[in-house]
Amino acid sequence: MPRTDVMKQKGLTLVDAINEALEQEMTRDSRVVILGEDVGANGGVFRVTEGLQKIFGKDRVIDTPLAESGIMGTAIGLAMAGMRPIPEIQFDGFLGPAYDQLTNHAARYRTRTRGAITIPLTVRVPVGGGIHAPELHSDSPEAIYAHTPGLKVVMPCTPVDAKGLLTAAIRDPDPVVFFEPKRVYRSFREEVPEEEYTIPIGHAKVVSEGTDLTVVTWGASVFECLAAIDKLPEDVSIELIDLRTIYPIDLDTIVQSVQKTGRCVIVHEAPKTSGFGAEISSLIQEHCFLFLKAPVQRVAGFDTVMPYYKLELDYLPDAKRIAESVTQTLAY
Amino acid sequence: MPRKSVYKAEIEHIQVMDENGVIDAAQSRNTLSDEEILELFKFMQQCRQLDEIAFKLQRSGRMGTYPQNKGQEAAAIGTAYAAKKGQDFLVPCYRENAALFMHGLPMHYVLLHWMGDERGNQIPEGVQQLPLCIPIGTQMLHATGIAWAFKMRKEPKVALTYFGDGATSEGDFHEAMNFASVFQVPLVFICQNNQWAISVPRETQMRSKTVAQKALAYEMPTYQVDGNDLLAVYKIAKECVDRARGGGGPSFIEAVTYRLADHTTADDARRYRDQKEVDSWLGRDPLIRLRKYLETKDLWDETKQKAHEEKCKAIVSEVVKTAEGIEKPSFDDIFDYTFAAINPELERQKRTARTSSLGQDPTQVGLSEQPQPA
Repeated sequence: MPRTDVMKQKGLTLVDAINEALEQEMTRDSRVVILGEDVGANGGVFRVTEGLQKIFGKDRVIDTPLAESGIMGTAIGLAMAGMRPIPEIQFDGFLGPAYDQLTNHAARYRTRTRGAITIPLTVRVPVGGGIHAPELHSDSPEAIYAHTPGLKVVMPCTPVDAKGLLTAAIRDPDPVVFFEPKRVYRSFREEVPEEEYTIPIGHAKVVSEGTDLTVVTWGASVFECLAAIDKLPEDVSIELIDLRTIYPIDLDTIVQSVQKTGRCVIVHEAPKTSGFGAEISSLIQEHCFLFLKAPVQRVAGFDTVMPYYKLELDYLPDAKRIAESVTQTLAY
Repeated sequence: MPRKSVYKAEIEHIQVMDENGVIDAAQSRNTLSDEEILELFKFMQQCRQLDEIAFKLQRSGRMGTYPQNKGQEAAAIGTAYAAKKGQDFLVPCYRENAALFMHGLPMHYVLLHWMGDERGNQIPEGVQQLPLCIPIGTQMLHATGIAWAFKMRKEPKVALTYFGDGATSEGDFHEAMNFASVFQVPLVFICQNNQWAISVPRETQMRSKTVAQKALAYEMPTYQVDGNDLLAVYKIAKECVDRARGGGGPSFIEAVTYRLADHTTADDARRYRDQKEVDSWLGRDPLIRLRKYLETKDLWDETKQKAHEEKCKAIVSEVVKTAEGIEKPSFDDIFDYTFAAINPELERQKRTARTSSLGQDPTQVGLSEQPQPA
């Protein structure tokens, strides 16, 4: 999608920014190909790849048969043969059929061949709830892939971060799972640099600095956390960290912050047990134990199946739950 | 409206040289010359020797679990010989070592793999193949992707992928067949139908009368060949490789063969299959018919056989020596190949791997001076 003057005035949405990164990388590197269900003529069900097939042709923006393992497995083969494939899995819940190829093959090949064969692919996956979608269209499986050695897992939530991180992911020599919080796809616009740029994988972002308590979150929850902070009294100083990359985790940013504030609340959409918040909480006690003034709290999805959409907002961590957790942790 | 037929098909079975080493003259065009047969027969014996020694290495505790290839060498060699070494790409499972060796994999790599050393998968530069694939049926998708890349870049290369009859039950098999067919990639699917998937016989694995007919659903040229007949395998494989290279898309070969040994050294096939069945296949061993043929042509005799056996033993003995002479991998290797560049968390784990607090800041457990809260 070429930029228009209107877009320049208004800025880009997350969808626009991802589309722009894809276009620029495909222009820059002829090895980059996109493959997936409905990504070509239809431009993807979220229109993230809109217009790209017109520019780059059917051989580089490829409508595949409806088979997630096939998409992932052939993308692995393309990567083995020197291409830079970007498979798209249409929804988080459809990663299941591709799980074996992603975790048992893409993630392991560098190790099992001692570097002889590597898999530079970027799998794009819309993630998370909040858009009134059907069953299996609203999950947050990032912890599963963060727990898979050999994968990098990224989940930006702003257009600027998404463009820079996607560009970095495509250029990365290893497989990257690039989660796109679908709730944020068109929720706002921001100015995005027109030229290509990268944001390094593995670096969190301090969204707002503070001294009383650290909130660590990622994906669409960043905006719930911002709303929660707005609900707090003005004299409460919250440091908000957007993880941006789940794995490899930016431990330094978290540790520096929690050593300063002594209190931490972690927020994510995924179920609480074995969610990535558990890992962060453990890391905090390993590295900040002597600094803690209160137990680390988690505001997360429940250990239940993601409900159908009538109840999805009751499931997802919202500003009210987050603000309560912050208030209690501050009062501990 | 009357019903009408919209699809008809048949599967050809091809045999060029029978169990007695007799060639069917009508089928013998576009097969191998006597010189080629002789060379491949000698190479096949060398591969068989490695296979037998690998078995012994496992039995004597010098190597881990090993799946013997015995009896299936014609399917591997016939197909690999039809492809161009250093140009075409092999994507194996784990019962076609001979194909990998023919295309340049040093023999000790396979031993190293089964000795529990990843360096057995560290395919040397210029050798066009993937390492052994342990899970069943996943590698055909990789082969499809590799062949697809050749097509995208307009390179005159072909991929060949190997799998067993059991693998054709896997979803990935069908996805690979469909992708290969839809995108017309230069790929040859080679099913080594060795009749057994560990303990499950072919007729329990599928109701299909042939494996080859599965390719009809994907509109692919498909053949059933006598997989223990080197000439038939080569003849059909060459046809498929040439067609793929010429832009004619993928093909399917069902090589009917037999797993003469147990599934692996961890298996005992006597628990589930009749020895009479095994015995009935012993006479169909590809080495036996090739030797008979070469002897009738006066190209081989007992003296040559003895001399060649000694040569094979010497070669394989060197291979074993090489594999066993390679020192244990370094501990750091566990960490250093996970990503192109090690990340801070892995670096911490590597540094603290031998401590009681993996990845933890030592200052937190009182091991050194620690920063204190303000």
